Amino acid sequence: MKLHDIGDILQCEVLTEGDDLAVDVQYVVASDGMSEILAFAKSKELMITGLTNVQAIRTADIAGVSAVIFCRGKRPDARVIEVAKKKRIPVLVTKMVMFDICAILYNKGLKGVS
Amino acid sequence: MSAELMRERYEIQGGNFDTAGEISGEIKIILRDLGIDAASLRRVVVVAFEAEMNLVMYARRGTLTFILTDEEVNLEILDEGPGIPDLELAFQEGYTTATDEMRELGFGFGMGLPNMKRNSDELKIETEVGKGTSVFARIRLDAHE
Repeated sequence: MKLHDIGDILQCEVLTEGDDLAVDVQYVVASDGMSEILAFAKSKELMITGLTNVQAIRTADIAGVSAVIFCRGKRPDARVIEVAKKKRIPVLVTKMVMFDICAILYNKGLKGVS
Repeated sequence: MSAELMRERYEIQGGNFDTAGEISGEIKIILRDLGIDAASLRRVVVVAFEAEMNLVMYARRGTLTFILTDEEVNLEILDEGPGIPDLELAFQEGYTTATDEMRELGFGFGMGLPNMKRNSDELKIETEVGKGTSVFARIRLDAHE
């Protein structure tokens, strides 16, 4: 599924305008624990997290994910978005909670990683 | 013995969460620009990142040295810090001594050392309580996975 379609379904706001939202996503990794993201992500997953500090973006970069969606309407500060832009990682935010996001994406055929 | 192609040494300040992880991001760019295959690159940067975060969270200061040869990457992370009283326990997934502050940063869930071990071909840790910890990780560059 294309990232822009996921963004529409989850009613996301895109925080890094200009990034490639046409990227295709098939797998999802969702956690507030950064080592858990690093343990399970293989590459190109969509990362969902409620952690909005700069470590979330650094973890996303190290894990090689395609994009980050912040859940529960939590917005990172401007400096975090700047780091994401520099790393060319699309960042979106939705008001939905992680459980609902995962359920919706699962029903759309996306898979988790383990 | 394979020839050393590159050696970089980085200073790391303990407690500086603002920049924690930046060095591993730099190493990623270096390896990507050199055309290192994606699976090996990922293993190197995960080990470097977890080690860097551990150092920032627990130690006063330290260094991360990155040594590239044509066959492998060696990472040496040396810190002045509290040391690890029980190494075997520290390697158990889920075991943690993290503070609430560390958990708020998304770390300290007891997966750092297991992640480092999983992504290294060889991982050696020397530690002395009250003095510090030295981590030596070797990651081969031939294709993994």
